[in-house]
Amino acid sequence: MGVEGIGARVARKEDKRFITGKGRYTDDMVVVGMKHAHFVRSPYAHAKIRSIDASAAEKMLGVIAVLNGKQMTEDGIGNLICGWMIHSKDGSPMNMGAWRPIAQDTVRYVGDAVAVVVADTKAQARDAAEAVVVDYEELPVVTEAVQALKDGAPQLHPEAKNNLIFDWEIGDAAATDAAIKSAAHVTKMKIVNNRLIPNPMEPRAALGIYDEAEDHYTCYTTSQNPHVARLVMSAFYNVAPENKLRVIAPDVGGGFGSKIYIYPEEIVCLWASKRTGVPVKWNSDRTEAFLADAHGRDHVTEVEMAFDADNNMTALKVDTIANLGAYMSLFSSSVPTYLYATLFSGQYKIPAIHGNVRTVYTNTAPVDAYRGAGRPEATYLLERIVETAARELNVDPAELRRQNFIREFPYQTPVIMCYDAGDYEASLEAAMQAADYKGFPARRDEAESRGKLRGIGMSCYIEACGIAPSQAVGSLGAGVGLWESAEVRVNAVGTVEVLTGSHSHGQGHETTFAQLVNDRFGLPIDQVSIVHGDTDKVQMGMGTYGSRSGAVGMSAIVKALDKVEAKAKKIAAHLLEADESDIEISGGELKVKGTDKTVPWFQMALAAYTAHNLPDGMEPGLKEGAFYDPTNFTFPAGCYICEVEVDPDTGKTEIVQFVAADDFGKIINPMIVEGQVHGGIAQGIGQALLEGTSYDPETGQLLTASYMDYTMPRADDLPSFKVSTTETACPGNPLGIKGCGEAGAIGSPPALINAITNAIGKNDLTMPATPQKVWAALQG
Amino acid sequence: MYATTYHRPASVDEAVKLASEEAKYLSGGQTLLPTMKQRLAAPSDLIDLRHIDALKGISVDGKHVRIGAACTHNEIANSDAISAVCPGFTYLAGHIGDPAVRHMGTIGGSIANNDPAADYPAALLALGATITTNSRTLSAEEFFTGMFETALEEGEMVTAVEFDAPEKSGYAKFRNPASRYAMTGVFVCKGADGSVGVGVAGAGADGAFRSPEMESALASNFAASALEGISIDPSGLMTDMHASAEYRANLIKVMGKRAVEQAG
Amino acid sequence: MAEITMTVNGRTVSGTCEDRTLLVQFIRENQGLTGTHVGCDTSQCGACVVHVDGKAVKSCTMLAAQANGSEVTTIEGLASGGELHPVQAAFREHHGLQCGFCTPGMIMTAVDMIRRHDGQLDEHTVRSELDGNICRCTGYHNIVKAILAAAEEMGGSAKVAAE
Repeated sequence: MGVEGIGARVARKEDKRFITGKGRYTDDMVVVGMKHAHFVRSPYAHAKIRSIDASAAEKMLGVIAVLNGKQMTEDGIGNLICGWMIHSKDGSPMNMGAWRPIAQDTVRYVGDAVAVVVADTKAQARDAAEAVVVDYEELPVVTEAVQALKDGAPQLHPEAKNNLIFDWEIGDAAATDAAIKSAAHVTKMKIVNNRLIPNPMEPRAALGIYDEAEDHYTCYTTSQNPHVARLVMSAFYNVAPENKLRVIAPDVGGGFGSKIYIYPEEIVCLWASKRTGVPVKWNSDRTEAFLADAHGRDHVTEVEMAFDADNNMTALKVDTIANLGAYMSLFSSSVPTYLYATLFSGQYKIPAIHGNVRTVYTNTAPVDAYRGAGRPEATYLLERIVETAARELNVDPAELRRQNFIREFPYQTPVIMCYDAGDYEASLEAAMQAADYKGFPARRDEAESRGKLRGIGMSCYIEACGIAPSQAVGSLGAGVGLWESAEVRVNAVGTVEVLTGSHSHGQGHETTFAQLVNDRFGLPIDQVSIVHGDTDKVQMGMGTYGSRSGAVGMSAIVKALDKVEAKAKKIAAHLLEADESDIEISGGELKVKGTDKTVPWFQMALAAYTAHNLPDGMEPGLKEGAFYDPTNFTFPAGCYICEVEVDPDTGKTEIVQFVAADDFGKIINPMIVEGQVHGGIAQGIGQALLEGTSYDPETGQLLTASYMDYTMPRADDLPSFKVSTTETACPGNPLGIKGCGEAGAIGSPPALINAITNAIGKNDLTMPATPQKVWAALQG
Repeated sequence: MYATTYHRPASVDEAVKLASEEAKYLSGGQTLLPTMKQRLAAPSDLIDLRHIDALKGISVDGKHVRIGAACTHNEIANSDAISAVCPGFTYLAGHIGDPAVRHMGTIGGSIANNDPAADYPAALLALGATITTNSRTLSAEEFFTGMFETALEEGEMVTAVEFDAPEKSGYAKFRNPASRYAMTGVFVCKGADGSVGVGVAGAGADGAFRSPEMESALASNFAASALEGISIDPSGLMTDMHASAEYRANLIKVMGKRAVEQAG
Repeated sequence: MAEITMTVNGRTVSGTCEDRTLLVQFIRENQGLTGTHVGCDTSQCGACVVHVDGKAVKSCTMLAAQANGSEVTTIEGLASGGELHPVQAAFREHHGLQCGFCTPGMIMTAVDMIRRHDGQLDEHTVRSELDGNICRCTGYHNIVKAILAAAEEMGGSAKVAAE
């Protein structure tokens, strides 16, 4: 390992601009003649639009136009789509209702866009938006999925009877029922996975620029996947053909899934720019973000786990109702199905598994992938029920887990996934050591002497990352392939540009990806530039989500580096009059093995471009591209142990220790990986302890629409974390990487709830475990 | 924010002349400006009080404390003079909002707004403070008239807050996990004459209030244990998604005990 | 309209804006200093923290007109002569940032915090002093570490200077 190579703790190249205020985010972009958009949004959760009167607004100072959805349709702009087809168990395709970028006849959640004002300033646009008079006819509202399925519930879309989008299953129902029937012990639980609002600190923004002379569009947007945005905006929304549409996602201030999707606002900015002849910028305020960003989670589940007389797991049966909100967002259908139920086996040998999932429309914001996306929901139900079973069976929860671990690989689960590698015992041991698991009873007694209730809880999670083998996801209904691309350009002076289809919105790609080049050629990372986020600069790529930039994105870079290396060796061999198999590259030089004959890297590069002296038939230049399609998912796994102290007087929980032991396979930059784990754990703790989304069930108003009511994790809510890693290499990709971006958010919620329920001696506790809830549980 | 006109008077008189029904005094602005940004308030004019010398300054004369209305929470929190005679009060000021908010927000602005979740009103009620305006002097009891309501008349402004420091003082609050405002805060004090004041913030449906049952319990024995047996009636307390009235009633007792412990 | 004159990062600047213009808008839109960010509408996230007359304030909760005549320092003015401020350097060294959006406000808050505490900070104090700054990426772990390291570094240099 060099000081900047694979495994090195390298400080980030991109930090200089961020710490000096020179980051360039979408809202920082200013172009000549730029005007500002403000959306008129529905104050009702469900209503017919009788009429829209913009006449007063149009006359206000600074107003350029007030536009509506009918005009969009007239201009040929299409509806928003869900890109993953799921079939119900009866074989019928999912019942998808229409989602217009701007509502025309009906609004279905508070925040649904109804019109847009374009004006000289943001304030003028907002002033005028208030003057747009919309006549609504209120309709009955339903916000909870379980209620929405009932006969007589308000209906959102004519396509979806009883609001049911699909009724899907996985696994073997008969075998599972039989195993439960013959079990020595069955643990049953109702599990609620609370709805979350992602809240990246940078609110979404878009700047649409139409160039009439070239009939060309440019879109600056807060996207995790600019190429997918361009593809979808071209192919489905008919904004412009791909060659006439440039999408740029510059510095993006966090995403966590919520910036994967193509939202109405960026489409509207592009369309409005053509319609008005001026560049149009929209910047979400935080309240709009709460209302109109895609939310996450929101499951209600009945789960049963069966054991034989020796406490071996024999079956798991899951019945989930998932709330998808008012419309089907881009990947919403995949989250509670293939990203969720395929993980029901967890780290355990469970011979029979069956899952049933019904997805439902309600008058709430659309729900889609949020950090972890399905995998936190699976892990939560599994790790809660395992812990509960251990309590019922009166065995140590660590031992019950250990006894049931999968130990031989590859392991084919009953729910599609085939785990390639892992050592669950190793992470369990590492976590128990780090947490001083044995010493817990003494710590609990000491806490008791101070009047505090101390509890410990664990969670052994597994997730599927490296999303995903294109053929596999295609057969499961995905509308896209999930490969990744890279191009490595060696310049004539030897410096390197790596063009990647991955997109960094905080993950540190500019550093980590450069480390790969350093490791391969020995070039300092400041001679390596990572280019991403611009469809005009970078070849088609699939973007960053699902912890895929390492396992998939870097694999593509490795493939391209292989090609560059091969050609560089050929050139060097030619220059040094040696056999190419004898050439080795290190420290910025190409050497003939066992001799002192060398050619500096830059000279080889120069030779490639002068082309004065290249091997016969070789093309000049040194630039190679590659597409990498994974052969399997990757399976990061680990063990988290949380220790809490509950103040019985107030119900307030203090996290006194949080230990994470993760197996991410090969790690390129441990500092960055640790940072990913810290952030993930904070989001998981947020879900378990702090973040609750609340809609008024009668009116559909979002009650938690700002930081005044939605509890974001603050520094004093959290401890410092003890994180460590164990390593089993991932056989599926060239670097052996599994992915680390979501683990923290997946593994931590059950560990925390298991700890609190252990502390208070009551098992029935829903997330977020607010002080009031914990206090009430203690009273009851 | 709707359009408004900003003024920066240099004296109280000048400020009063600018006042009107549609205008508002602007002090630290830490509540008013966010409210205006949400378009929930639309004053035609904003009269900035931060540049009026008469509203500035803290003086402590023996046990008598006088705090100018334009003093920031940060200035109060860091006042050694107040801390020496009434540490509970500086502790309270040091736990309002966050550091940046404390640099701007003022005691005058806070009490004129009388947010039910604000901290000062509870303390001023417990301390039996007086509130001086440009035209009169009121007791805290007279000044705070209900949730977001005060006795201030149109154009009237708070100029100073005064109280006699007690022998002992303490404040404990349980913060709303999201907003970080007081979900329940209790200020306790004990005067040299044995009189006890207990003010409760963040819990009352009608704003801050004094708790007679806690005051009488503590009058006979100023110790946390004296509150053990009392029970707080949840009727009249706020219920919202973060805390029921019953939970707040519990918090009043728990925070009361902790405030007494802090007071020593 | 308000005629504003203030010192921004040591330079006297002036501009005309609506009275309702927030300081953060003046800084970003009038002065083109886009390092100061807006992350919420309720004065809670702290992405907009700048120093006005030497004190950390939320520039989204102050009118530009209120800052008329003041000295304002933004994240762009923190480094001097190409030399990073110790807090900036510590954030990089300790990986105290990921997406970078909250970072300017975090750094400005940290500089103010270290100054007010004379560099005498512990983890508990740092965490409670970060009450008004929200980060969604880092879990605060490395931010806390960076601030403590910077405080030590700055405390160290202060001691040397005094001797």
